[in-house]
Amino acid sequence: MANLAAVVGIGQTKYTTKREDVSIAGLVREAAVGALRDAELTWDDIDAVIVGKAPDMFEGVVMPEIYLTDALGCNGKPMLRVHTAGSVGGSTALVAASHVQSGTFRRVLTVAFEKQSESNAMWALSNPQPFSTHLNAGAGGYFAPIIREYMRRSGAPYNVGIKVAVKDRLHGARNPLAHLQRPDITMEEVEESFMLWDPIRYLESCPSSDGACAMVIADEDYADAAPRPPAWIRGVAMRSEPTMYAGREEVNPQAGRDCAADVYKQAGITDPRKDLDVAEVYVPFSWYEPMWLENLGFAPEGEGWKLTMEGATSLDENGDIPWNPSGGVLSSNPIGASGMIRFAEAARQVRGDAGDHQVAGAKLALGHAYGGGAQFYAMWVVGADKG
Amino acid sequence: MSDAKTMIDDQGNVTGIEAPIYLKYNFTAGAAPSRFLAQLKKGVLTGQRCPRCQQVYVPPRGSCAACGVPTEEEVELSHKATVQSFTIVHIPIPGNAIEPPFVVANLVPDGANVAFIHLMSDCVNEEVHIGQRAEAVWKPEQEWDYGMDNILYYKPLDEPDVPVEKIGQVPVSGWEG
Amino acid sequence: MKEIAIVGYQQSDCVADAGACNEVELIIPVLSKLYGQVGITNAQDVDFVCSGSCDYLQGAAFAFVMGVDALGAVPPIVESHVEMDAAWALYESMLKLRMGHADSALIYGFSKSSPGELPIVLSQQLDPYYLAPQWVDTVSLAALQARLLLDRGVISEQDMAEVVSRSRRNARNNPHAQLAGDVSVEDVLAEATYLSPLRRSDICPVSDGASAVVIATVEKAREWGLPYAVISGIDHCIETHHLGMRDLTDSMSTRRAAENAGAGDGPVDVAELYAPFSHQEIVLTRALGLDDKTSVNPSGGVLAGNLMMASGLSRIGEVFNRIVGGEAERGVAHATSGPCLQHNLVAVIEKAEAA
Repeated sequence: MANLAAVVGIGQTKYTTKREDVSIAGLVREAAVGALRDAELTWDDIDAVIVGKAPDMFEGVVMPEIYLTDALGCNGKPMLRVHTAGSVGGSTALVAASHVQSGTFRRVLTVAFEKQSESNAMWALSNPQPFSTHLNAGAGGYFAPIIREYMRRSGAPYNVGIKVAVKDRLHGARNPLAHLQRPDITMEEVEESFMLWDPIRYLESCPSSDGACAMVIADEDYADAAPRPPAWIRGVAMRSEPTMYAGREEVNPQAGRDCAADVYKQAGITDPRKDLDVAEVYVPFSWYEPMWLENLGFAPEGEGWKLTMEGATSLDENGDIPWNPSGGVLSSNPIGASGMIRFAEAARQVRGDAGDHQVAGAKLALGHAYGGGAQFYAMWVVGADKG
Repeated sequence: MSDAKTMIDDQGNVTGIEAPIYLKYNFTAGAAPSRFLAQLKKGVLTGQRCPRCQQVYVPPRGSCAACGVPTEEEVELSHKATVQSFTIVHIPIPGNAIEPPFVVANLVPDGANVAFIHLMSDCVNEEVHIGQRAEAVWKPEQEWDYGMDNILYYKPLDEPDVPVEKIGQVPVSGWEG
Repeated sequence: MKEIAIVGYQQSDCVADAGACNEVELIIPVLSKLYGQVGITNAQDVDFVCSGSCDYLQGAAFAFVMGVDALGAVPPIVESHVEMDAAWALYESMLKLRMGHADSALIYGFSKSSPGELPIVLSQQLDPYYLAPQWVDTVSLAALQARLLLDRGVISEQDMAEVVSRSRRNARNNPHAQLAGDVSVEDVLAEATYLSPLRRSDICPVSDGASAVVIATVEKAREWGLPYAVISGIDHCIETHHLGMRDLTDSMSTRRAAENAGAGDGPVDVAELYAPFSHQEIVLTRALGLDDKTSVNPSGGVLAGNLMMASGLSRIGEVFNRIVGGEAERGVAHATSGPCLQHNLVAVIEKAEAA
């Protein structure tokens, strides 16, 4: 019932700790101009702009779409700003797609960004709330106990996380845009790196990056005529659950499973490992790869770690289902943009546009984002064909 | 009026501006948290029960998130708890004087069905484990105020471990094994 | 395009300070009333939920996440959020319904502005390099705009006072209003200037509270057997951020959004305009081309109570109320965001056709 829509242009900035050469406006414009160029469109061809980013405290600018109107060519057009915590990059892409899938607009520009070097992300994430114990040790401190429980349940060997950390940085070394360029990284180096929140080590955690990612999404007529192959949107889904409730399954959250089931149904996927060629999945701490392999149905419960250890998710080991060939969140993490980067990188794969991190012949790809206390999920499936 | 400072490079170009933001907020806890805090000031740990699913929440926030209904009934909880999970933190927390490494645990007090986070101390960090029993160590009574930090930390309790599937289901009367 | 209808609307009272009341405690009572009005149990009974709020109002990153605890989101729900007035959350929801992925949606917005100093918090919406470090608050910017209007002879102080007087008098019929009373034009003009040329009464109050709406396809509305009003058109438009480059005496974006939404395609019996300052109501009325046949802000408008992040949604709800209540057949609801009416949304709402 929804109209067909496709990604026809993608632009990304080089991810790095601090972009000192551009303002926030400059950063988003760089990505937006890249996407327009890729789509061979001008600002006038865009009907609406949809912006997404994580908490405003990361830059100290309240409701930044107001300030960014001009940078994004939006004077006299509709502009929307989505905010769903860490999954925001993904949900922004979904909201942007709905502008076209609903038949309301023909071509929209969507941008997700974070220039978190401008403020203090660690502080913003663990901002002390009065009357509570001030023990919020950042995102890693929140996820470490959950990872520990996964390790206990699955009996996974201690170095699964280390393997993911190495794999994703080796992938990142194939992607000139990735923040961390570590072609020389080894299992030993990761294992010996500083333990932050046991069992998460420094080199098993994502970096803090500045960056922006933009896409142009267009309707079927325009996409058919686009200069480069479009990535057809074959499924879109979002789910949310509360941060905490009695009996909440935190290791394998229901919202993630339900979201995946929904998007797979739309895209006609029954066996994700076989039906998909590649997946870009939000893995900010290494152990989330085996956990999400199970949550997303690529492996039975308790066995996600086996796929990782077999090399199934590695490009370098010729795995059958590469995960995060772009280097993933472990290689670049501008928080508000990371979800959209996953969605955009999935699109690049099926457009045959992923350069040295291309999965040969990729036709169907999953883009995944999650946020909050692993409670907000946004996913899409894109394909080289209309389906 | 403005504390803005500029960064200038060798050619005299302005390359950055430091513009601190100071905003003052008068924070109020909600009605349910206020009741919880008032009890804490008296040395009593309480939760609130959902009228629909009967689960007891701590610290109470005024609703059962699963059912979307207000919680009203106050339930007194034990000072004993079970470790649901934990991590050993090796980096300092911004604004907190505590020295790493220290254990932050998800603890379910007896009588409640959800965990809250608190410190574990007076223990060997490497011996902390899931299912371990623990007990609250409070500040001296004259220091009690409206805050969870009336409890300094939880320390290990010499009681049998709670099997994983029973964590979050120990009644307020306690756990014998 | 699929016809979408409003089937329910509830708002809490606008109070200066909700006191010991967290997000969940602000939202649940409004949602409960709305569920009762629409005949559903909780968020499980709609296909999509979308909210609007702003973390900086309370000074806590992720404040909106607390709102999810009010919904009964187990099993997991399809839910999204905009860091904008909930009128834009309604817009996002309409797209979801139009694409066929939902037949109904719950939209809510909430405001707990009392902890902070709202006009100063909002000064940080401005360009972070040139304007925000000057800490120009929203009231001062509005005052600048009013000064322009007065000096150009576009409006008079009398005009502004009339807006205030009408707002307060209308608000007497609105049980949720914060400021209501028999205030005359003379009463207003007798007030001292607060921030030249604005008097205190020319400025909306700061209010805590929440507002919620349920929309559905017309088929669904009929299936539920509820009185409904149809959203026959909706659009929004943002202008350049640079105040010096905009005509602050007019609202180009409101005009454009209204045109695209088809506001002028029929008589406008009622208009609820999000005008946080009296002079802005005049600017908006003129940009929308309204004449005295239109009843403007019969609820008292935002001058009578301003739920930041929810007032726009409330304007939509107030027009809905008057249409299903039989007082009007066609109306326009407006929402705004940003300094001096930078971003504007216009929705056209009409009486349902006889089934």
